[in-house]
This record gives sequence, C-alpha cells and structure tokens, in this order.
Amino acid sequence: MCLGVPGQIVEIVDPELLIAVADVAGVRRKVNITCIVNDEHKADDCIGDWVLIHVGFAMARIDEAEAAKTLKVLTTMGELQAELMAMQNSAEAP
Amino acid sequence: MKYAHEFRDPVLAQGLLGQIREAVARTSATVSQPLNIMEVCGGHTHAIFRYGLHEMVPGEIEFIHGPGCPVCVLPMGRVDDCIEIAEHPQVIFTTFGDAMRVPGTKKSMLQAKAEGADIRLVYSPLDALAIARSNPDREVVFFALGFETTMPSTALTVLQAVKEGIRNFSLFCNHITVPQPIKALLDDPDMRLDGFIGPGHVSMVVGTRPYDFIARDYGKPIVVSGFEPIDLLQSVLMVVTQIAEGRAEVENQYGRIVPRDGNRQALAAIDAVFEPREKFEWRGLGEIDASGVKMRPAFAAWDAEQKFDVGYGKRREVADPLDARCGDVLKGQIKPIACPLFGSICNPETPVGALMVSSEGACAAYHQYVGARAREAQAV
Repeated sequence: MCLGVPGQIVEIVDPELLIAVADVAGVRRKVNITCIVNDEHKADDCIGDWVLIHVGFAMARIDEAEAAKTLKVLTTMGELQAELMAMQNSAEAP
Repeated sequence: MKYAHEFRDPVLAQGLLGQIREAVARTSATVSQPLNIMEVCGGHTHAIFRYGLHEMVPGEIEFIHGPGCPVCVLPMGRVDDCIEIAEHPQVIFTTFGDAMRVPGTKKSMLQAKAEGADIRLVYSPLDALAIARSNPDREVVFFALGFETTMPSTALTVLQAVKEGIRNFSLFCNHITVPQPIKALLDDPDMRLDGFIGPGHVSMVVGTRPYDFIARDYGKPIVVSGFEPIDLLQSVLMVVTQIAEGRAEVENQYGRIVPRDGNRQALAAIDAVFEPREKFEWRGLGEIDASGVKMRPAFAAWDAEQKFDVGYGKRREVADPLDARCGDVLKGQIKPIACPLFGSICNPETPVGALMVSSEGACAAYHQYVGARAREAQAV
C-alpha cells in the first residue's frame, strides 16, 4: 500500500471539494487533488497533469516519462494489477 | 547478470554495479563482516527481491529488511479490536484488502467476514465515506492503517466528513511513523546498521528533514530512494560512497518526487487531525515512544476508539505465536528462512505471522522469489 500508481487527471468534478477524475492505465476513478493544488497551480490547471495517486489521493505531480517508468516497474512487480483490481472492486467507488 | 534483461537500461545497471564494487573496496567491509544496509520501506524490499538486487550486489553488502510494511507490524491485539468493532451489528467496517488476512488471536478479518460481520474492502477512505453517506442508519468505520504516506488521505477524508456533517463515519486510527522505529533500531545494542535506504513515498509527504537525526546523532548515512531497480542501485552506491568517504549525510536520490520540505498541504491535513501517541506497539518490536498518532480531541466524534471504547492499551498485550520469529526477522537479525515456521506452517495461503501476508513483507517476498531456492540449499 506504500506504492502510488501514476495516472492522468482528465476532468475536474468538484472544484470546491477538489475532486477530479483520473485515468489510471485505462481505469477511470475519482481522486482528491488537494495535495497538488496551490496558489500557483489551481484546480483547473490540473487537467492533463500526470500524478502519483495513493489510495484515491493525487500526492505529487510527475512528468509523463516518470509515469511510464513507474507503470512498468509496478507491472513487473504485480502491484499495478493489484491496485487496479482494488480500484474496480472497491465496495463503493464514489 | 541475473535478471539483467528486465532493466530498462542494462548498461547503466552494469555500470552502477561496477561503481558499487569499487566503492565497497574502499571500505573495510568483508563478506563475513558486510555493510548492513537497511531498506526501511516494504515496497523497496519487494523490488529488491523481484529484481534480484540482493544477489547482484557484492557479497560485502547485506540488505537488512526494515519494519516498513504497515500490515506486518500491526499487533495482533489491534486486529482483535477491528473484529470487535466489526461485529457490532450496526457497523459496516471498511478496510484496505492487505489487512484482511492478518491473523488476530482467534481469527482474521476474513474469517470474521465469513462468519457474518459486515466487513467491506475499499480502495480509498473516500469510498468508505461514500458508504457512510448512503447508509445513514449504519456506523461506518474505516481502518486507518499505514505510514505518513497514507495519513493525508485519511485526514482529508475526516475533514471532508466534518465539512459535510457526516456523523456516522469514524476512523479506527492505527497510523504509524517512520523515524521513531529507525531510532529504536539504532538504539538497540543487538543491531549493527551501517546505513539506510530511506522510503520514497513517505518522504514525498514528510520531506527529508525528519531523517536529519540519523546522520547528525548516529553518524549513519541515509539516502531516500525511488522504486525502480536503477534507483535502488544508485541509492546503494550513494550509501556505500558516503561510508567509503567517512561521511554521514541525508541524501535524496528521489528528488524528482521528494521535496526537502515535503508536501505542505498533506502535512497541514495531518497536523490538523492527528497528534502523536505517547507510545505505540509494533509487532515484533514492542512499544516505541511517539511512533503512532491518534485523532485530536476535536475529532472525537469521528474517532472509532472513542465511539467503540477500544482505546489503545485497553486490551492486554498479546504475544506472537510461540515458535514464530517475526520480531527477529523484522529487526533483520535473522533471514525468514531461519524461522522454524517459514514455508511449512506459515505460508502465504495460511500466514501465521503478518510478514507472510503482504507482498511488502520480507517473508512473503522471500517465499515468492527466493524461498524455494533457499529451502533447497538448506536441505543439502
């Protein structure tokens, strides 16, 4: 559970609660973007961002090459599949 | 080189291994008196085994697998507490999947669920909050587990529950912190540690300053590392180079993700919701001062310890199974294979100790990647 998974922010759902939709290896899910938003980088600026997502929270902005490398390592370790399964099987995905 | 084809850049890996060999030669390490380098994070342990890094580095380097797997260090008594809460008829107990198979004294949460407790797996604490929103007549408890990486997510979820006025949601807080067990291990007279590979994603949240004491007070190097095999080899090189040059510093190999001061918003959320506990029990390590957090009194209405009267320390300490050597493995004093239960009674399908449960646990990693080979060697 310590490993984040890379995803790309594709839509802002709730700019007040800072909820966005991220695409993680083809799986879409809502994520909270509080930790990547600040005065210089507002919610709307996050669309298109590659981010490291940890249990539904975008924790850091990363570049696309970093995202690709991380996805490869996670796939090799079997962690990506586990994360995607956890996302899809979550009791109530909001 | 073993597994070399799996490296994105095998030439770079070979080069790093060459540099590591040169740096090791400049230290006093020998194969019988190796440099003990602890990788603190369970994710690193998994990567080291998956890529066979422990077999690639020179024999003068020994990886000591640290306590950085939250499921693995969860004391049995706290699993019992989870089950006690989950068995209240009005409760929906929500948890990450990793925790389901951790044995309690009588049963795991998986067994409790089979017996009828309403225990649901969630990917995110946000999903637990959504369950609370749509089940206003039930009490929804989220099992908040994990190091500083996970704390912002549970803190922000509680803050959202407060904002929305959702009162049937609470956290069962079992968060733990990384620096304190490192200090406890450094203070342990039985331990001999020469340097550390620091956790990547914990440091993304807290930055690198919390490790300053390791270099300043204990004179040991620590390098915060990424998860790619190349990252880990680079970090090993940085640790060994410090040792060879007689330096002890906090260095950051994962600067592309880890800022020196951490993530401001994440730290603010943690500070708003949580405060340090006086002490917290770690499976295999015992109680460690200030190594866990609890919810601040202002959030008592969202604190499952208050709601269900299962505060820390209310249950008598529960010992680990008699023959299991989980504590010795956790401290890196023995390899998993040296435990009499390893692979026989204790295996990933029927774990006795928690280190066998999670893919981040040293025993599970050993079992999956090197166990068979090691067992053969021992039989000879």
